[in-house]
Amino acid sequence: MLLKRKPILKLKELFIERLLFLFSFLSVFTTLGIIIILLFESFEFFKEVSILKFLTDTQWTPLFINKHFGILPLLCGTFLTTLIAICVALPVGLVSAVYLSEYASLKLRAIVKPIMEILAAIPTVVYGYFALLFVTPLLKKIIPSLSGFNALSSGIVMGIMIIPLISSLSEDAMRSVPMSLREGAYAVGSNRLQVSFRVVFPGALSGIISSIVLAISRAIGETMIVAIAAGQQPKLTLNPFVPIETITAYIVQVSLGDTPYGTLEYRTIFACGMTLFVITFILNTFSFKLKRHFLEAYE
Amino acid sequence: MVENIQKPIFKIQNLSAFYGAKEVLRKININILSNSVTAIIGPSGCGKSTFVRSLNRINDLILNFRVQGKIFYHNKNIYDKDVDVVELRRKVGMVFQKPNPFPKSIYENIAYGLKIHNFIKKEMIDEIVEKSLKKAALWDEVKDNLKQNALSLSGGQQQRLCIARALAIEPEVILLDEPCSAIDPISTAKIEELIYELKKNYTIIIVTHNMQQAARVSDYTAFFLSGELIEFGKTEEVFKAPKDRRTEDYITGRFG
Amino acid sequence: MSRKIFSRRLDKIFKILGISFMVFSLLVLLVLLIDVFLDGKSRLTWGFLTSFPSRKPQQAGILSAWVGSVWIMITTAIFALPLGIGAGIYLEEYARKNRLTKFIEINIANLAGVPSIIYGLLGLGLFVRYLNLDRSVLAGGLTLALLVLPIIILSTQQALRAIPFSIREASYAVGATKWQTVRHQLLPAALGNIMTGVILAMSRAIGETAPLITIGALTYIAFLPQSPIIFLKNFPFVRFSLKGMFDPFTVLPIQIFNWVSRPQKGFFTNAAAGIIVLLCLTLIMNISAILLRHHYQGKIRW
Repeated sequence: MLLKRKPILKLKELFIERLLFLFSFLSVFTTLGIIIILLFESFEFFKEVSILKFLTDTQWTPLFINKHFGILPLLCGTFLTTLIAICVALPVGLVSAVYLSEYASLKLRAIVKPIMEILAAIPTVVYGYFALLFVTPLLKKIIPSLSGFNALSSGIVMGIMIIPLISSLSEDAMRSVPMSLREGAYAVGSNRLQVSFRVVFPGALSGIISSIVLAISRAIGETMIVAIAAGQQPKLTLNPFVPIETITAYIVQVSLGDTPYGTLEYRTIFACGMTLFVITFILNTFSFKLKRHFLEAYE
Repeated sequence: MVENIQKPIFKIQNLSAFYGAKEVLRKININILSNSVTAIIGPSGCGKSTFVRSLNRINDLILNFRVQGKIFYHNKNIYDKDVDVVELRRKVGMVFQKPNPFPKSIYENIAYGLKIHNFIKKEMIDEIVEKSLKKAALWDEVKDNLKQNALSLSGGQQQRLCIARALAIEPEVILLDEPCSAIDPISTAKIEELIYELKKNYTIIIVTHNMQQAARVSDYTAFFLSGELIEFGKTEEVFKAPKDRRTEDYITGRFG
Repeated sequence: MSRKIFSRRLDKIFKILGISFMVFSLLVLLVLLIDVFLDGKSRLTWGFLTSFPSRKPQQAGILSAWVGSVWIMITTAIFALPLGIGAGIYLEEYARKNRLTKFIEINIANLAGVPSIIYGLLGLGLFVRYLNLDRSVLAGGLTLALLVLPIIILSTQQALRAIPFSIREASYAVGATKWQTVRHQLLPAALGNIMTGVILAMSRAIGETAPLITIGALTYIAFLPQSPIIFLKNFPFVRFSLKGMFDPFTVLPIQIFNWVSRPQKGFFTNAAAGIIVLLCLTLIMNISAILLRHHYQGKIRW
């Protein structure tokens, strides 16, 4: 009798625990769902198109009569816009991070961080509008040959979109470098810039790289900006002034049309999705490992 | 005089405790008598806190903690598989080193224990809240502000609130883990008075750093050193005529 | 000596660089807001909010879009809130630190990084096709619920982690069970921080376009999902219905996208006006999340 509880209460506790476990396990089902659906439809796709053709053909024209299924032009478009985005976001993001972590007063940080958060929270469709109707016309004044749809302006705006990601994650990394390391450097007469770049930056390097890799992955998966402002012409080119098409923009293009369910054209978006998923998964995992490695170093 | 009619409420046999691979208690054997105050003394890190935290299994919450040996509470080993820790903790209440009231009103702090044990009638809860606060000598100070947030009380008041919270669910045993280490001397005096009052109805085990406190409030004293029980006996005897050299060294202040 | 002067000068240059880069970010934000506002303000009328889309830019409105967004938000919240908060509670309070838990946590971190358009493909394959929900509000809401789940789970975990261990000890010491401790002590104490995360998740959901386009949400729609509240002539005068969940829908960002993709200039103005509405909603949500976090950080001292 002593020290025992009514079985019904025990049952209730057990039921709740199981239920909550199920909720958390749902995330595993989500991943499984993604993989199964992508695999299944891609498998059907690759029954008709050889993987070799998919990876080496230099044309992507599934919606034309003369069909080609080479992912390279789409990959190239994705690569180009991502590259431009990183060229914008890397210097601005990193300098902001160093400044916020090593130079800025508490007050300034309290103002800047929420602004960065808001910058990160703006829906991407808004950035798309901004790229097409503000940045492109602006750039056209400098580069008259620029097309109305182009990789350059979508890349630049995408870069602006990922600045907050790089700056806030890199700042977190730099701030977790122990104060004692900084004090040591200050004690031998270094100034702030020297401490920032000789002690803090190298100390936080793996954390910083982790944030950059994550930002690259974000840029690769970004959809609306490129769907609106980069065009719909899959081209194997690194010319930033002409219309191109990214993997994500292609998926949107097909989704907007009336492509019937179960056709080869319908399945192309899953093959594209699979490619996208694999690339971002590898980058995310790499970023995650780096971050863990970094955190362990200072714990 | 009265010891003969007191029965052991806890019988502890060969109790060892580990955090991971580290042994913090080694083969403790001790009986705790009911309706008495037992003080546990010893230098920091001697395992005295771990010892009391094993008695209501609150240490189960700590990762990698495990025990060997047996703790009989009314002849039932509390580490048996069929024991429900929730019921155990109802009977063996606890007050911690740092006051830890819930971030709620004074009233809610005490009513919580009652509500979760299915007291639903408001009049009954009101009555027990008042009774517990009176027992903990806090009623006069807070009776007009029961809706006030408990975190706004002083440290000493918070600690008495925690005692009231423990008393409300009518336990048999109250474990006090250095209850006065984080509060001021006046509140400490109040709590010591309280302990004296409470022992009529409860069995009290108090961990303390403060030798004078142990001497003032307890009937029995156990001296721990490096995870071992060195000496246990009536407080008077332990303090006046310690049998072990190490006990003597400690209470005369030669180390610790 | 000269090296010292040189490095001091570099320090100053960097300081200026840092400030100018941050001013740049702020400026971009300002330019974006002003540009959109100037482009769209002329269309921002009552009629714009209460009209269906139309072939004529001047008569087109966002009625079906904002009603659709509200429907999608509610559906997303209905699924994502209990599932996300529940999963967060499990991982933080119940789960033993073993391999399975670690696996689940890594998996959630990974899901947070999956591009949103992939969730669209999941929704298309799972909800639209396999579960036959078609291009309904329910299919869209479920898709976005899965998308924001990691955000809610992670912020719930963080909120619980911020509560001192002593509160758990206090609760268990009076004989509370785990669920009682969670339900009566931890959840109320973590509520502010959890709500902050939930609002951020919802603001993410309201701006999402790509996954909903992928599941086939319509871009031109001139009717609303069936209202959840139906007024009757006789007693009890009001009836509730969730049938609207199975109706097709569009949302605000898709409507904006649709207008941006049109060649006629008049639709660009509509897009800008739509963006003003969307930005207002997003900014209100984000600012309230920031304020809420501030409020709770200041208020509770342990």
